[in-house]
Amino acid sequence: MATWQPDPSFYPSPRMAAKAPSEGLAYVAAFDPERKKPDAIAVVDVDPRSKTYSEIVGEVRMPNAGDELHHFGWNACSSCLCPNAPHPHMERRYLVVPGLRSSRLHIIDTKPDARQPKIVKVIEPEEIAEKAGYSRIHTIHCGPEGIYVNALGNAQGKRPGGIFLLDPESFEVLGKWEIDRGPQELAYDFWWHLGHDTMVTSEWGTPDTFEDGLVPEVLLGSQYGRRLHFWDLHRRKHLQEIDFGKEYQLVFELRPAHDPTKAYGFVGCVISLADLSSSIWTWYREGGKWAVKKVIEIPAEPADADDLPPVLKGFKAVPPLVTDIDLSMDDRFLYVSCWGTGDMQQYDVSDPMKPKLTGKVRIGGIVARASHPKARNGALNGGPQMVEISRDGKRVYFTNSLYGAIDPQFYPEGIDGWMVKLDVGDKGGIDFDKNFFVDWPKGHRPHQVRLQGGDCSSDSYCYP
Amino acid sequence: MSPDRDISPWLVLAGLGAFHGLNPAMGWLFAVALALHRKSRRVVWLSLIPIAAGHAASIAVAAAAVVALGFVVDRRVLEAAAGIVLLAWALYDAVYGHRHRVRVGMQTGMFGLGTWSFAMASAHGAGLMLVPVLIPLCLAASPAKNLMTADSLPLSLAAVAVHTGAMLVVTAAMAAAVYEWIELAVLRRGWINFDRLWIAALAATGLFLLVRG
Repeated sequence: MATWQPDPSFYPSPRMAAKAPSEGLAYVAAFDPERKKPDAIAVVDVDPRSKTYSEIVGEVRMPNAGDELHHFGWNACSSCLCPNAPHPHMERRYLVVPGLRSSRLHIIDTKPDARQPKIVKVIEPEEIAEKAGYSRIHTIHCGPEGIYVNALGNAQGKRPGGIFLLDPESFEVLGKWEIDRGPQELAYDFWWHLGHDTMVTSEWGTPDTFEDGLVPEVLLGSQYGRRLHFWDLHRRKHLQEIDFGKEYQLVFELRPAHDPTKAYGFVGCVISLADLSSSIWTWYREGGKWAVKKVIEIPAEPADADDLPPVLKGFKAVPPLVTDIDLSMDDRFLYVSCWGTGDMQQYDVSDPMKPKLTGKVRIGGIVARASHPKARNGALNGGPQMVEISRDGKRVYFTNSLYGAIDPQFYPEGIDGWMVKLDVGDKGGIDFDKNFFVDWPKGHRPHQVRLQGGDCSSDSYCYP
Repeated sequence: MSPDRDISPWLVLAGLGAFHGLNPAMGWLFAVALALHRKSRRVVWLSLIPIAAGHAASIAVAAAAVVALGFVVDRRVLEAAAGIVLLAWALYDAVYGHRHRVRVGMQTGMFGLGTWSFAMASAHGAGLMLVPVLIPLCLAASPAKNLMTADSLPLSLAAVAVHTGAMLVVTAAMAAAVYEWIELAVLRRGWINFDRLWIAALAATGLFLLVRG
């Protein structure tokens, strides 16, 4: 699968990647919350010139039921052009798709027919447990030493969760990534600053505290994750831990600046135990160490107890529940999914310490049930969740389901899946593409979106 | 007695030096990247020193091995053995070449860069590729017992110097050109698969040694 020239979807710098052609297809993880029929990767037509625009045009079903497909990624990406560990003649071709609940890893070939991808390899949980000592696999990133996979539990489903490596050609499990994990025990997301040889990881909880839904006692006891961990990416050694404090719970998605010379990034914290607000924090360098600062706080909205699910009735408020964020390729706009209230917010983060709200749309939401011009029933449930941005920053896609066991805690009547698209104004501002609404087929709920050729959370870069 | 005045082995050494220097994975691209990160033209030129030193050290190890084995092993046997090692290396690179542990990143200092250059040259068998030229040059004064009185040491050093010199010139030219004039976007189409050429060169060299032996 080596080629004579680098894969045309690899770009040396984010600046060049932002000039990439528009995506024609989106790959979307879709899972069955009942865990009865197999999950799937759906292929959605996102080419506005196409007759099947905004339709699911292909699908690949998993061989088993109950995987709960999660944050999948590519086998290779722009980091293959890095000067210290170059592998430029790989192909961006295979989707590496983890099952969070099953701990099963699927390798899916998007060639020769990008609309009808095929499963070429399945790695069973026993092999991952044996070779890497992990389970509950969650997020995939392509990087300097191959494919990095993180897991929320160890082989027994307890702490610590961590990261393991997968060979990007043979897809063999190579083993545990960490050499010295220091105090890190919980895992959620991970990414890195290639220019600063630094890995960053965040925290959720151990599988027994989320596989049947969020446990109120654990949450109110501040026992879910609340820390960031910084690592030496090449020595694989834990360097520093930052504790957000016991008010803050669920420190989730990590979005480091794409420009490899910049040493800052953004992380979302789902909930404050003090007032149910969500917050966005910037991490940055200060005095030779990493530091964090809260830069955005999104308050809970007062609501009538009758409109709220049991878990929220006592609070008489809808928490924003920021569960995903995404940063545009030029590091200018940060998109913030408020799964509780139904907001998708856009902030100008040109100054990462002083974000400015530049756009907002509302769709779904626990109380709002806001609709979409192309939706038929007029009252949508679920809310903005996994969000992905095109490389040129002009289009934003998102879906509405979080996690099978947590969805009914906040949306007790169930979630009817949808996927929508926003158009972005040249100077910011967002609005719905009125012609794009995927009314997701019943029986599956959509989650993570990946765009053909790469997107704003799939690739990392070594050149400014 | 000095060996014959044939300059062709020196041209081969220099040519392979230029080939190694041209490969972005041997250093010029790293020099450019470090200069871009540190926003300093000086870094392009400073980086060349550890890159060349690391490469030279790797070549010197191969030359030393040839001379040392030349003491104890018949030259035909040495050539055949080197041929087999080269073929094995080509096979290893083809199968596992992508799998090296990454230890040096963008925050590296000059010592780390030199170590990286040594590791890259060694892992790619840069010195091995020179063995067919090093054997006749360094072991020119056979039989082996006369080695120390012959010109083995200065000839070996000269071989390393000529190869590294050519490599350095091309590395410097590429790094300077790309840093100053050519957008890095050139990598997207212009970065041809040196690994394939490299593996072919290793295999061809190995076969040459075996057939000639």
